[in-house]
Amino acid sequence: VKFDSGVLLLSTHRLIWRDQKNHECCIAIPLSQVVFIEEQAAGIGKSAKIVVHLHPASSNKEPGPFQSSKYSYIKLSFKEHGQIEFYRRLSEEITQRRWENIPTGQTIQVNKDPQAGRIRAVGIVGIERKLEEKRKETDKNISEAFEDLSKLMEKAKEMVELSKSIANKIKEKQGDITEDETIRFKSYLLSMGIANPVTRETYGSGTHYHMQLAKQLAGILQTPLEERGGIMSLTEVYCLVNRARGLELLSPEDLVNACKMLESLKLPLRLRIFDSGVMVIELQSHNEEEMVASALETVSEKGSLTADEFAKLVGMSVLLAKERLLLAEKMGHLCRDDSVEGLRFYPNLFLTQS
Amino acid sequence: LLQAKYKERGTVLAEDQLAQMSKQLDMFKTNLEEFASKHKQEIRKNPEFRVQFQDMCATIGVDPLASGKGFWSEMLGVGDFYYELGVQIIEVCLALKHRNGGLITLEELHQQVLKGRGKFAQDVSQDDLLRAIRKLKVLGNGFGIIPVGGTYLIQSVPAELNMDHTVVLQLAEKKGYVTVSEIRSSLKWETERAKQVLEHLLKEGMAWLDTQAAGEPQYWLPALFTELYSQEITPEEAKEAIP
Repeated sequence: VKFDSGVLLLSTHRLIWRDQKNHECCIAIPLSQVVFIEEQAAGIGKSAKIVVHLHPASSNKEPGPFQSSKYSYIKLSFKEHGQIEFYRRLSEEITQRRWENIPTGQTIQVNKDPQAGRIRAVGIVGIERKLEEKRKETDKNISEAFEDLSKLMEKAKEMVELSKSIANKIKEKQGDITEDETIRFKSYLLSMGIANPVTRETYGSGTHYHMQLAKQLAGILQTPLEERGGIMSLTEVYCLVNRARGLELLSPEDLVNACKMLESLKLPLRLRIFDSGVMVIELQSHNEEEMVASALETVSEKGSLTADEFAKLVGMSVLLAKERLLLAEKMGHLCRDDSVEGLRFYPNLFLTQS
Repeated sequence: LLQAKYKERGTVLAEDQLAQMSKQLDMFKTNLEEFASKHKQEIRKNPEFRVQFQDMCATIGVDPLASGKGFWSEMLGVGDFYYELGVQIIEVCLALKHRNGGLITLEELHQQVLKGRGKFAQDVSQDDLLRAIRKLKVLGNGFGIIPVGGTYLIQSVPAELNMDHTVVLQLAEKKGYVTVSEIRSSLKWETERAKQVLEHLLKEGMAWLDTQAAGEPQYWLPALFTELYSQEITPEEAKEAIP
């Protein structure tokens, strides 16, 4: 039986399904009819589902879409996700049983009524038993996973302790430990995901991995940077690089740590951090201060510009457009008019006309 | 000579420990591989298990998401899951920024991300989104998480929002808008302070002013009312989003 393409709604009292195409069609089930719910994970060609097991219908039930059914449950199929959250909320409502406390007042007339059927009592008991067994089995799997996880964490904890001890020794020795050993230590920390206890700053900076990554980035980003006027925000870079990779993605920290090494490795790109905290990658050949001069020209031509307007004119992202205008202001070429209508920049006439 | 000998000894001790760590690391890697072969699916499919896993890591001082090169990421595949989610979050926020000024509820973000991921992708929970966002903060784009009324507002622009702004956002969450009088009565602020905060939000595009409301002007948060209408991301907006 199929009710396809709809919106599923959850209230404190009922589960309601409304057809997306035909808004007249609406069916509901009181939550009090629900015995038990379980999840069915998605698979290939199958969507994730929630199976809702119901009590037999009461004799005074109003007519619904079907007179009877040989099944004592309904299946909700989540073709477009949302199953996890919905399951969580539905479980909460069923546990809390708020419909018992809050009177519904006027019973709202829905067009069609709860779907249920005549079911043999024996059927339900059998089903409940099977579900109980399945639940125990799942619980066992989960608890085994948790047990294994706990043991694993114990071992990881030992590694953390050991790394702390080594870090202390390094601090005390200050220079007696070779650079090679420091790099080795840092790469161990990287593998385990332990913050560098010595420098307290982002660990992993200065490992071979990040050096290699920096060199790779210099290669990958050359063309995209040229296409974008020599400058890109770090979030743009993050998306670009990871979309291209598809697998074995970079973490945000990996990216930042690699970029921090660009300058010291004398690569043709560098990391720059604006006052606002915005981080960008620039071509070495790019000179933001020079770009400010042309920005001033553009603003002067138009009289005044907001960051949005400037961005559209020049073909930049709004984020970077704003940074350029702010830099121009900092250098004294522009001044601002900050009102509730937005932030607008004007050529700094105080400077030029004094 | 004695001092030199002591120094040497000290270096040797550190070296010993490094060698020991290297060995333990190899052993740990094997243990993790074993764990992965048995339970990798559990992490992929079970969001509660992911939460437990993350919490346990945090307790012992380990960050499994710090690097794609870390063991956790490589062997359990947790890295790719969250880093890709990060990309999707950035894209949704960029696409909708012009509507909501860079503030979006976790619910709406969740919905839009799910839509973008498509029918065949693995489901993600709100907890997953929060963890991915926390990692994105380091990119300097102003990602922030603001608790409001039982849920969260996600900030994705480098606008400065201090405690005053946050508390007004929380007040506005109930109805989707707030007025100067409400701020004065609930928070016991002077008009000047309330107006400053509201003006800042207006300037950032995070609030819209309704001067035609009955009574006094109402300051609406588009981040909150779009949740009710949940519009699709238009093709133009989607183009904005992809760098």
